[in-house]
Amino acid sequence: MDFLGGINPVILIATLMASAVPILMAALGETVVERAGVLNLGVEGMMVIGALGGFIVAVETGSPVLGFIGGAAAGAALSLIFALLTQVFLANQVATGLALTLFGLGVSSLGGQGYNGIKPPATGQLLPDALADLPVVGPIVFGHDWMVYFSIAMTAVLWWVLKSTRIGLIIRAVGESHEAAHALGYKVNRIRLMCIAFGGAMAGMGGAYVSLVRVPQWVDGITAGAGWIALAIVVFASWRPWRVLIGAYLFGGITVLQLNLQVAGSGIPVEYLSMAPYLITILVLVIMSAGRRGKANGAPAALGQNFHASR
Amino acid sequence: MDRKWGVVVLRLEKRPTPSRFWLYATPPVAVILTMIAGGILFAAMGKNPFEVIRTIFWDPLFGEFAFYLRGQLLVKAGPLILIAIGLALGFRAGIWNIGAEGQYIMGAIIGASVGLAVFPTESRWIFPAMVVAGAFGGWAWAMIPAILKTRFNTNEILVSLMLVYVAETILAKASTGFLKNPEGMGFPGSRNFSSYPAAQNAFIYEPLGLHWGGVAALVTAVLAYILLTRHQAGFQIRLAGQAPRAARFHGVSPARLVVLCMGLSGALAGLAGMFEVTGPAGQISIDFNTGYGFTAIIVAFLGRLNPLGIVLAGFLMALTYVGGEMASTNLGLPDAAIQVFQGMLLFFLLAVDVLTNYRFRLAVGAH
Repeated sequence: MDFLGGINPVILIATLMASAVPILMAALGETVVERAGVLNLGVEGMMVIGALGGFIVAVETGSPVLGFIGGAAAGAALSLIFALLTQVFLANQVATGLALTLFGLGVSSLGGQGYNGIKPPATGQLLPDALADLPVVGPIVFGHDWMVYFSIAMTAVLWWVLKSTRIGLIIRAVGESHEAAHALGYKVNRIRLMCIAFGGAMAGMGGAYVSLVRVPQWVDGITAGAGWIALAIVVFASWRPWRVLIGAYLFGGITVLQLNLQVAGSGIPVEYLSMAPYLITILVLVIMSAGRRGKANGAPAALGQNFHASR
Repeated sequence: MDRKWGVVVLRLEKRPTPSRFWLYATPPVAVILTMIAGGILFAAMGKNPFEVIRTIFWDPLFGEFAFYLRGQLLVKAGPLILIAIGLALGFRAGIWNIGAEGQYIMGAIIGASVGLAVFPTESRWIFPAMVVAGAFGGWAWAMIPAILKTRFNTNEILVSLMLVYVAETILAKASTGFLKNPEGMGFPGSRNFSSYPAAQNAFIYEPLGLHWGGVAALVTAVLAYILLTRHQAGFQIRLAGQAPRAARFHGVSPARLVVLCMGLSGALAGLAGMFEVTGPAGQISIDFNTGYGFTAIIVAFLGRLNPLGIVLAGFLMALTYVGGEMASTNLGLPDAAIQVFQGMLLFFLLAVDVLTNYRFRLAVGAH
């Protein structure tokens, strides 16, 4: 392990769990959206709006918890534009998603003026030091802030909801065959609208984690492509929550590792290290998609198709 | 059981065929709606909305400095049109190249590298060679998602977008490393092309802002129009987008179409980048790219994915850039406000577009 230099594996695992939270949250939200048959490419826009909304609320109220709620609200509010356009006006989902990202980036850089260079209130570790100071398990298991545990809990909840509950069954029915779901009497577009808002709230919370914990300050375009990586992770995970968690942690690990290598001065030029997360995302997409076409990769059958009830 | 009279509701009803009227009427309607919503936004920011709208849409054309600003229009519209036409070909076939920004950057880097490699040789062949290199750079960058899609069924949206971030890193490396001006006293950025006439994309006719990039954009628009309406490949592109199954029975190879559309759009984006960096931008620098690759997506939709419509849309979007800069210097309007404005334009366009394929009917709800 000598190429790792002075990198401590315990610290590495502890940091990757925190660094994965934004993409994990956003990817979990998008998983639900896509399981309902909607492809929302506006994750990056919803994350950046959540990052700003969360930052403003946290700074103005002094409460990071309210900040995360504010981030979720901002992300959900932006996602409702997408919901309105695709579910009511039946606009093309790919184009609308892209518009949402462009719009979100613009709105956030407009609204963020005057918030540069401010430090947000800190989000501390959840459990007492006595636990967090234990060797090895301390930093990895007990040393995190509440969002890390919340994101893991959400993974479990979504897995259970999608797999074993009536709501999950309805969401999957709408995503696999909206005609059949409609014939059974479900309001396809209304269910999708709620899923989109949920996805927006999750992406917004993930974005708020970037501006409140990871960076922590406000800069334009703070999410730097995390939303797109979250979209890739959903594909990687074959639309399953636990695999989303694995994907996000793998990705978080790579990000942390390359940052550590930059600091440690590994001799690899900084530029090549900082493109590593994107190249590895592409590589992972290739591995996951190779040789599996159509249904075999687990994509919801009605993904990206709008539904219009003729009667 | 007493039945109550239901409320009158609007119902959407699918048109048997898309409305030709609304196909052409949606862009102007969307522009007007954007002006109204934008005006509200500007008013909320404490600006006089009428003054801002006039500064953006009127002054660059007919105002005090119009003699200069009119030229700026084509300078900004050129790359937007060039990129948007390429994107529109793919969008029509259901192939989503979202990474034009990356292809634009790579075209600029490869094109500039060819010129800088032979500095300070003077030859009339240098600039044409750079044009070819620029197109090649964008084409090669677009071939990565294209080949990954055809070989491994990888999503081209995500791959082409990831490659934007990779291209930006390479750009940073180029301007601080392998293309850095050796006589630049340590500042980042390449040699400036304005001091290297053989490699410079100079104005052909300055009052109109016409340089080779503008010429290429207008010629491409005509060629793309002919391709789409008169050529077999254009027919296949339209067919693949409208009826993928029928296209396969017709013998259209999806893989070939992906390679064709991605390659064309990449080459055009690369060309745009090369013309920009050797002309208006002047040099390779960390932030010479200004997001044309993303704005071109709006231009493509605003132009109804039609090459001639894209020319009009390109000029309109250029107007928001030029007028936005005016509003920024004269009225203190933040640049980000223009970005929001452009985003709104796409939203309204997509929303109004429902009228092309559907019509609203008044109906009495049953409950």
